[in-house]
Amino acid sequence: MNARSLPLLATVIIFLLAYAVCYSQYPAMLSTRVIGNLLTDNAFLGIVAVGMTFVIISGGIDLSVGSVIAFSGVFIAVLLRDTGLHPVAVFAMLLVITTLFGAAMGATIHYLEMPPFIVTLAGMFLARGMAYVLTIDSVPITHEFYGRLQDFYYLMPGRGRLTLIGGIMLLVFLTGMILAHRTRFGMNVYALGGGVQTARLMGVPVARTTIQIYALSGFLAGLSGIVFSIYTSAGYSLSTVGVELDAIAAVVIGGTLLTGGSGFVAGTLIGVMIMGLIQTYIIFDGTLSSWWTKIVIGFLLFAFIVLQKGLVWIADRNAGALKSAR
Amino acid sequence: MSGSQPLLRATAVTKTFPGTIALDKVDFTLHPGEVHALLGENGAGKSTLIKCLTGAYRRDGGDILLDGMPIDPRNTLEAQSFGIGTVYQEVNLLPNLSVAENLLLGHQPVRFGMISGRTMNAAARTMLAQYGLDIDVSRNLDNFSVAVQQVVAIARAVSLSGKVLILDEPTASLDAQEVQMLFEVVRSLKERQLGIVFISHFLDQVFEISDRITVLRNGRLVGAEATADVDRVRLVNMMLGRELKQETRESGRTDRPEGMPAIRFQGFGKSGRIAPFDLDIRAGEVVGVAGLLGSGRTETAEVLFGVTPHDSGKVEEKGATLPLGSPRDAIAGGFGFCPEDRKGDGIVGDLSVRENIVLALQARRGWTKPLPARAQAAMAEEFIRRLDIRTPDAEKPVGLLSGGNQQKVLLARWLATHPRFLILDEPTRGIDVGAHAEIIRLIEELCAQGMSLLVISSELDELVAYSHRVIVVRDRRHVAELVGEDITTDNMVAAIARPDAGRADEAAT
Repeated sequence: MNARSLPLLATVIIFLLAYAVCYSQYPAMLSTRVIGNLLTDNAFLGIVAVGMTFVIISGGIDLSVGSVIAFSGVFIAVLLRDTGLHPVAVFAMLLVITTLFGAAMGATIHYLEMPPFIVTLAGMFLARGMAYVLTIDSVPITHEFYGRLQDFYYLMPGRGRLTLIGGIMLLVFLTGMILAHRTRFGMNVYALGGGVQTARLMGVPVARTTIQIYALSGFLAGLSGIVFSIYTSAGYSLSTVGVELDAIAAVVIGGTLLTGGSGFVAGTLIGVMIMGLIQTYIIFDGTLSSWWTKIVIGFLLFAFIVLQKGLVWIADRNAGALKSAR
Repeated sequence: MSGSQPLLRATAVTKTFPGTIALDKVDFTLHPGEVHALLGENGAGKSTLIKCLTGAYRRDGGDILLDGMPIDPRNTLEAQSFGIGTVYQEVNLLPNLSVAENLLLGHQPVRFGMISGRTMNAAARTMLAQYGLDIDVSRNLDNFSVAVQQVVAIARAVSLSGKVLILDEPTASLDAQEVQMLFEVVRSLKERQLGIVFISHFLDQVFEISDRITVLRNGRLVGAEATADVDRVRLVNMMLGRELKQETRESGRTDRPEGMPAIRFQGFGKSGRIAPFDLDIRAGEVVGVAGLLGSGRTETAEVLFGVTPHDSGKVEEKGATLPLGSPRDAIAGGFGFCPEDRKGDGIVGDLSVRENIVLALQARRGWTKPLPARAQAAMAEEFIRRLDIRTPDAEKPVGLLSGGNQQKVLLARWLATHPRFLILDEPTRGIDVGAHAEIIRLIEELCAQGMSLLVISSELDELVAYSHRVIVVRDRRHVAELVGEDITTDNMVAAIARPDAGRADEAAT
């Protein structure tokens, strides 16, 4: 048993326990309809959290993603309102823009040797500002192509709907898992998280990998923006404030070490699902304030930070015991 | 192996840093199938030479020929592609990846763009099997002992470079059994005709494993000989021997102050760092400490100053016990300590000369009672004049001064607190000849004023010049004490080189 997969195991257990508690009170929670909604409602968060997982494993952070999602929504809405472009063309343009935006932040982080926190904080203001420049109003999206996208779903047994955006999220997670664990790029991301200096000495292309990581996060933030616009049928520059923090929370609850070097994309999916589950529970309950979501997530995050610190501490103590045994 | 074409030949390699010549026309020749030990004290130029060979530094002059072809590696990766691999004391691998991933990072077997875990693990197992290592390669590297990590690092370096392997103090944190395991690996590589550069300050290990020895000192080549032709005494002589041509004397000072010891250390020690020792210090006395790198010199200083708190023995001053558990206690007791690593542990490079000088005094007064600005300025001016610190003004950041002047600033910091007992660890390392003589003059002046000093140095001549007594350390214990006329470089070398015998009872009389 590898100590590093312990946080993932803890996440899985918490998820199963939480689901069991929900099920014992509201047996309907286990239906595929609830599960389908869980996937649909959290699709945009899940997609952006995959990008965040890569960033955090590499030892960085990306604070810009919430603003990029808002910018994406406004960009799509405004372009569809003011031009005759087909949504697919707009999507392609948007993804190019957000990917380049992420790549530019990665390049700044690497070449100017700036902390990711500051660079992506600047990116956060920049993207939000660009959204305001496009429009300060909530712009509805009325293109009939959007209607078709929204109506597209796969009917699961038990009449639950796996919507297009829920499916996209699952697909992104699957791709993310393969990318993280089965490619050289993924290995390099872990290597950066283990130590940039050592990684460089071992021949990891640090510059390229850093830029790729933030480009990936930017791309997924753009994709998440598309999904969010399908979900809400609108673009609004004030939306998705603080989503970057939700994504970070999901990643950490999913068992990824905030210090980098260790974590699993699959864990992030469970992290997102735990957060969604708490929300669903509160909706089922009906009397609880929705702020309880934040409170429970706060406690969970805190518990995970303590758990991670404990693991590091145990590992250090073992290493120390090994040394003094000689 | 002599007679064969050298695998690696470096001629007249020179590297200068602002203010110092780190390498001065050094030659180095490595044959295939040879283990070549590179020896020298700190600052001798070993690591600079290695860094020039591996491309971590660009050399300023000289040629490096690999297999007869001139090479000029611009970074460690390029050196690796030429065939020069390096393994450092602190394993430079990634603890959060598996053993197999560490071995094959950047060269993973890929099928259809995806890494095949099974092929990768199999390849890793095959690689390690050559070194007699049978471990679960899919586990994370930090699950294994340092010795295993070391072998993994060697396996990676050899598989990627495969001509020259540089081992930079690989045995520093290994126990005897692990060292033997590592040496087995080294011998097997030797049979595969690799050229191996072995850096260590454990002379026993050097004699056990190496075929040839090159000794550097103060950036210059002292000599390169077959191991079989050198004995310990000569080797220690080469590493520490005569350097100061001027103002040397034959034996130590005989004007040892009379009277009761001012400070008495009894059975003082810290397990694992330095064996318990007795030490009496009289007022106005200079006690020298001689020994090789890693022999317990610095450890002695650190335990005396409370940097590593002692776990046995006690200190008495005029019959009263002195608490000495931390540097704070030591400073309160009138101790001062200029550490060996000036840049890391001593000066604060970004602060000005003035701020560095008042630091220790201010710390003793407490932050609630700041020294008036005028008093600070006056104090800085006084010490700049008294110690002849070469700086345009007192507000210049210390990091911009030369090594010798930094050392003087550090000395000034402690002198400002008027210590009774000052510990200097390698006060003359890395500073030019002129400043060198000044520091020595300063040491003599201070002890004439009644201050007691403990000076650690790898310059034996220097110890002869100012010591009333010299303590020789070896293998982390005090093994000999030389007094007055017995303090000669020859006696010190003999005491340092004496192999593996024991204790203080063999002190020369």
